[in-house]
Amino acid sequence: MSSDAIAIQTVEAAGRPWVETLHEWVTTVDHKRLGILYILYALYFLVIGGVEATIMRIQLMRPHNDFVSPQVFNRMFTMHGTTMIFFVAMPVLFGFANYLVPLMIGARDMAFPRLNAFSFWLNFFGGHLLYFSFLGGNGLYGAGTAPDVGWWAYAPLASRAFSPGHSSDYWTIALLVSGFGSIGTAINIIATIISMRCTGMKLSRMPLFAWLNLVMSGMVLLAITPLSAAQIMLLVDRYLGGHFFDTQAGGSATLWMHFFWIFGHPEVYVLIIPCFAFVSEIVPVFSRKPIFGYPVMVGATVCIAFVSMSVWAHHMFTIGMNSYANSFFTITTMAVGVPTGIKIFNWLGTMWGGKIQFKTPMLFCIGFLFQFLIAGLTGIMLASSPFDWQLSGSYFVVAHFHYVIVGGILFALFGAFYYWYPKITGRMLNESLGKLHFWLFVIGFHLTFDLMHIPGLLGMPRRIYTYEPGRGWDTLNFLVTIGAFVQGIAILVFVANLIISYFKGAKAGNDPWDAWTLEWSVSSPPPAYNFASIPVVASRRPLWDLKHPEDPDSHYE
Amino acid sequence: MSAIATPLAEIPVAWKLPYRGKVGMACLIVAESAIFTIFVVAYLFYVGKSFSGPTPRDVLETPIFYTICLLSSSVTIHFAGKLLERGRRGAFLLLWLLTISLGALFLYGTGLEWHRLIYDHGLTISTNLFGTTYYSLVGLHAFHVTAGLIMLNIVLLFGLAGRVGPEQSARVDVLSLYWHFVDAVWVVVFTVVYVLGR
Repeated sequence: MSSDAIAIQTVEAAGRPWVETLHEWVTTVDHKRLGILYILYALYFLVIGGVEATIMRIQLMRPHNDFVSPQVFNRMFTMHGTTMIFFVAMPVLFGFANYLVPLMIGARDMAFPRLNAFSFWLNFFGGHLLYFSFLGGNGLYGAGTAPDVGWWAYAPLASRAFSPGHSSDYWTIALLVSGFGSIGTAINIIATIISMRCTGMKLSRMPLFAWLNLVMSGMVLLAITPLSAAQIMLLVDRYLGGHFFDTQAGGSATLWMHFFWIFGHPEVYVLIIPCFAFVSEIVPVFSRKPIFGYPVMVGATVCIAFVSMSVWAHHMFTIGMNSYANSFFTITTMAVGVPTGIKIFNWLGTMWGGKIQFKTPMLFCIGFLFQFLIAGLTGIMLASSPFDWQLSGSYFVVAHFHYVIVGGILFALFGAFYYWYPKITGRMLNESLGKLHFWLFVIGFHLTFDLMHIPGLLGMPRRIYTYEPGRGWDTLNFLVTIGAFVQGIAILVFVANLIISYFKGAKAGNDPWDAWTLEWSVSSPPPAYNFASIPVVASRRPLWDLKHPEDPDSHYE
Repeated sequence: MSAIATPLAEIPVAWKLPYRGKVGMACLIVAESAIFTIFVVAYLFYVGKSFSGPTPRDVLETPIFYTICLLSSSVTIHFAGKLLERGRRGAFLLLWLLTISLGALFLYGTGLEWHRLIYDHGLTISTNLFGTTYYSLVGLHAFHVTAGLIMLNIVLLFGLAGRVGPEQSARVDVLSLYWHFVDAVWVVVFTVVYVLGR
């Protein structure tokens, strides 16, 4: 389609040995291929993490169930949390950033292509190291075990005395390794955005997607590193007999909590900001209007990044901090809602008066808006420390953060899949299957996570493997599990759609959504070199300028 | 489904962006600073909280000479970079070698101190909280010095082979940025361990 694509005839034809193709993918340094690898890798772990969640939900379906043992249940929630955060959410978001950032800013690749590949493989081996613990956790002589200390591995539970064998070490080293990968990717994204923009792509003209990923990468630099440092300390404790978190020798268990949550809370924003980026690209295109309040969106994002660095101890209200600390973290946590609210109003402002097209990506974004709002509201409830004293460690908290991660992050991600799949593969995802996926997922999501708040309010603690009948939790838990299965079916529909559409989907062409950012100017899938000649941009919507030479944006900006 | 080629005609505009190597290294320094911050916080948090001796007041001696060595290596690497930019390869290599020697001397000083602490005072990483935090923080820094020395040596080897010229000066500057960072961290570690921590 692209008229001036450089004609490089690849000797693709028939009968290329699969080893050669595999070798090409393993040794690739192309940002697009690495992006696809990240995304596929994350989908693979999404299925594994989903199976772990299902196992837990089956166990909790009715009181006194004995589907799995308490030990296995502990391993399941540890592995589910760790997998979903570090080996699903992070890689999939890095995958989209990898694929799209260079295309959106008119670059031919990332700033450091080999570092990019290195980061991916670090993350890849980190994930597999974590799962190798199932075989090697107690050493290879016996049946291995996965880590069972919870995804935050509080001290002293993670110390040698209470976590013998190597299961916790697998957790520690897997996170350390993948953390280095994340830092490498973040450095790469920042250097790409600062140094590789095409002519005319000023910071004030960059697509919001690039802006938000820039902010996210900056947060990764400051948020993942404390976790890496804490993991090094934990290794010193476990292998060299150090006393960082050893209360017997004067060490402090609280210090681990602080270090973990200095990572842990900004991490939520590391995950949600790229999702804001998806929504900020999708909503304008399907509302047929430019984004409302571009500078304010950028400002609000930077503001979120700053404030979210000082909210971590709201995870720790129950440990007995003094009232000044409690008040400080209550106030900062509530304050982070302000820039977030600004963003929601901006997306609504973009939709207001637009000719909204309810295609699947837009449906997921609208779902995101409502659900993320509710997730934010329960977040404000939990930010209030007296309320948190009552509900910390209950299913209310579990419901709240799943509302953020599934209702917010995953919905925006699905939107991104439907929106950019045509660019990545050259084929459209099936619209009817997409709508089926959306509605099934909405129903399953609300069945599971709306209802999950209630047992929490009724006092059901998280991380219990079973419960007594007759506490008012039975029916609710049963329905929650049914909802989990509905979500599982929706995911299957999604995966089927991905596979079927790859072979049978309608041809997408360069620009199926009539969009405005640079990635839609090249063929789908884009050629290895991205742009035959490096583009020059004069406004925030270069493709609008091109399609409407009589009324370009550059006249108004 | 319009057939769109390049978005707009190429208009010559003055367009210069920062060198990606420098940006990348700056990001790495930000990330490393966060790691060091956590270790420094842990050190300060545990000052005076050990249940048993030896304490910093008993055993630590301020390594003034080796500190001067490390800090002056920042000066030599700076001028080495300047000389390379002007194309004076011989003088560059000389100063580069001096930088490496000063860095190695510093590491030797750390080694001496550790040897003294371990053999004369029986302080190891598992002795008490002071040992745990001291060896971790100073060791983390020494690890960064070692990594820096390896990279400096690689440049030295390339230089001796005649492969480092003014055209590589931007890359050499990126490395010296890292070296300056390692020195700056030492100022913090020195202040925390040998001044505040005693």
